Amino acid sequence: MKATKETETTTIDIPNKIRVTGAEAIMLSLIQEGVDTLFGYPGGAIMPAYDALMNYTDKLRHILTRHEQGAIHAAQGYARVTGKVGVCMATSGPGATNLITGIADAMIDSTPLVCITGQVAAGLLGTDAFQETDVIGISMPVTKWNYLITKPEEIPAILAQAFYIAKTGRPGPVVVDIAKNAQFGMLDFEYHKCKRMRSYAPEPRISLDNLKAATSLINSAKKPYILAGQGIILGGAEQEFLQFVEKSGIPVGWTILGACALPKDHPQNIGMLGMHGNYSANIKTNECDLLIGVGMRFDDRVTGDLSRYAKQAKIIHLEIDKAEINKVVTADVPLHGDVKDTLPLLTKMIEKRDHSAWIRAFREADKIEYETVIQHDLHPVKPGLTMGEVIHLINEGTKGDAIVVTDVGQHQMFASRYAFHKNPRSFVTSGGLGTMGFGLPAAHGAKIGCPDKQVILFVGDGGFQMTIQELGTINQTQAAVKIVLLNNKYLGMVRQWQQLFFDKRYSETYLLNPDFIKVAEGFGIKGKKVLERPQLAQAIQEMLDHNGPYLLEVSIEKEDNVFPMVPTGASVSEVILEQKK
Amino acid sequence: MATTTINSENGNCKEGKKSFTISAFSENHIGLLNRITIIFTRRQVNIDSLTVSGSAIPGIHKFTIVVNDCREKVEKVVEQIEKLVEVLKAFYHTEDEVIHQEIALYKVPTKALLESNKVEATIRKHSARILEVRPEYTVIELTGHKEETQALFDELNEYGLLQFTRSGRIAVTRSSKEVFSNYMKEVGHQSVEYEKN
Repeated sequence: MKATKETETTTIDIPNKIRVTGAEAIMLSLIQEGVDTLFGYPGGAIMPAYDALMNYTDKLRHILTRHEQGAIHAAQGYARVTGKVGVCMATSGPGATNLITGIADAMIDSTPLVCITGQVAAGLLGTDAFQETDVIGISMPVTKWNYLITKPEEIPAILAQAFYIAKTGRPGPVVVDIAKNAQFGMLDFEYHKCKRMRSYAPEPRISLDNLKAATSLINSAKKPYILAGQGIILGGAEQEFLQFVEKSGIPVGWTILGACALPKDHPQNIGMLGMHGNYSANIKTNECDLLIGVGMRFDDRVTGDLSRYAKQAKIIHLEIDKAEINKVVTADVPLHGDVKDTLPLLTKMIEKRDHSAWIRAFREADKIEYETVIQHDLHPVKPGLTMGEVIHLINEGTKGDAIVVTDVGQHQMFASRYAFHKNPRSFVTSGGLGTMGFGLPAAHGAKIGCPDKQVILFVGDGGFQMTIQELGTINQTQAAVKIVLLNNKYLGMVRQWQQLFFDKRYSETYLLNPDFIKVAEGFGIKGKKVLERPQLAQAIQEMLDHNGPYLLEVSIEKEDNVFPMVPTGASVSEVILEQKK
Repeated sequence: MATTTINSENGNCKEGKKSFTISAFSENHIGLLNRITIIFTRRQVNIDSLTVSGSAIPGIHKFTIVVNDCREKVEKVVEQIEKLVEVLKAFYHTEDEVIHQEIALYKVPTKALLESNKVEATIRKHSARILEVRPEYTVIELTGHKEETQALFDELNEYGLLQFTRSGRIAVTRSSKEVFSNYMKEVGHQSVEYEKN
């Protein structure tokens, strides 16, 4: 079975007001919103919807995961690479609660999702009925919006609102909980997309005064520095950003979710910010005279100690979410708006500049990082394979054309630093929540969303086992996810912290692992294990060439650490480059 | 990542803690109260008083919330409230920017009142009103600031109060600019608009 499917937007003509069940109205509404793929898991309270789904399998491809967490992370991966709203469906009670981790992840990483959950019949609400959970209450702190539908006639209008809210403004997850009686009941179906809500202003007006103030700061800055965030990608503003960057001549550091905002090989691309970011990208934050945050939120992993963060610099903050402005770092000039609109205006107003001397200062610092860290990661001479060299060799095979997905931990930091990807929306990782177990289902969702792209997952032995059951889903769809398991037999990031900050007391971080190749084989997925350096390149090529899903397990040096590192509580100027002997 | 930062109070409280009245205007939907209070809970801000009722505009609810905290924290809480999809606007005001009132009801044994010779003086002094008199009890009402209703409480407590209850604060701004009603004129009276076919 080949995992490709037509992905054009399919809408069907529905005669005005047809009489349908609520369950059918759900399917028709999804089709009207251009949905063609959804991920889910059936159960009692969502059964009417699953029954209706059978009538629309030509328009809606449903992927049956092995756990609801697998469904939502797949929907996240799908949304992140396609830019469309990810859709997942689950039953009430445990089905819905199993979605919560993914919902929280999508909330903090601004991923547009519509999650449809079944709920007990309206008459049973509040009676502790079988599989009744207060899904609205539970999901409230981690959703952009949620709604409990108790009547069939509410379905089209509420789903229209759900899609509108999920994808506009700062995107986020929406839960629509649908009582079973509303799925069974009848309604006169007609569909109108949501256009506007008076309580919600997703397209802020940009202040001309602030644009002028920002322009004058940018024009007069000697050492300006841009921090690029995911807002650029979410706004589809990569081109607008590139034009701004090239006219201004300003160097660019990026947050982990902003990894695709600017091509990694662009001459003004300095590297990753934050705890395990690049050396120059961090230390220059405290040397610049102007910091321009673009679609990013000054996360604590980016800023380190706030009291010693960029105190010397003026700050311009371009951000769509007003609550993010001045939340962490006070902006001298806030530019509240969609970067897609703000950036072209700024580009037009600023003067063309050359900051190559200032960029050279970054490159000087890069040399220090290369000598102390990078060359040992990428070209080790010691025995024992490193995560860095595996990623480096895979880069040579993919030439930057693959979508890279990661799980969470050391391998995530190595992949963020070293994986080469040159296309927009080609790096997917759990940034804000740091959800172990995200990788495998997210990579699957990414491959379903972009079937023609090579999708490479980097995953550790800890996180892999958190959602390993999704190998079953992958076997069923035959989506050709290339799984690179970087196995160091430890929960490596926690082990690193224990080594550095807890006196090498390795509390509960050693894993006695299964034979992963046999496990994959049991799920019908081909694989190979590499123990030694000489076999690595050949094994990578075999994986890349394989037509179908594949597991490449690489046995990694047990006690390798991720550097550079800005320890918790330290300033971005206090970067540790290597372990004290 | 698996490790977290310990978030200490960073002392970003220039003016010290003081009383703020937060007002938020929202659609009248189930669950919004919960969404709003979650914002306070998550940031460990205690709510001193909370009043929710229909506003002057049909379909729009008004939340009046009193907190005692740092301005910086209150500002952020208000931003988060306004960010909620179904909240139209949220504001915060210091004590001198609002005119506010609370109401209190006191239920006192009638016998104790009759035996005392200070009842008339007490009621007069506080400008309280008697709502109901029964052989067993009398209900007295007072509106005012918390200190005022508290003062009457302290006096009536000597008679052996049977019941006492105090409402949350309601408030109007001193400013002559009607920010919210002007905003409503701008956004219109249709809460959700759909595309036409």
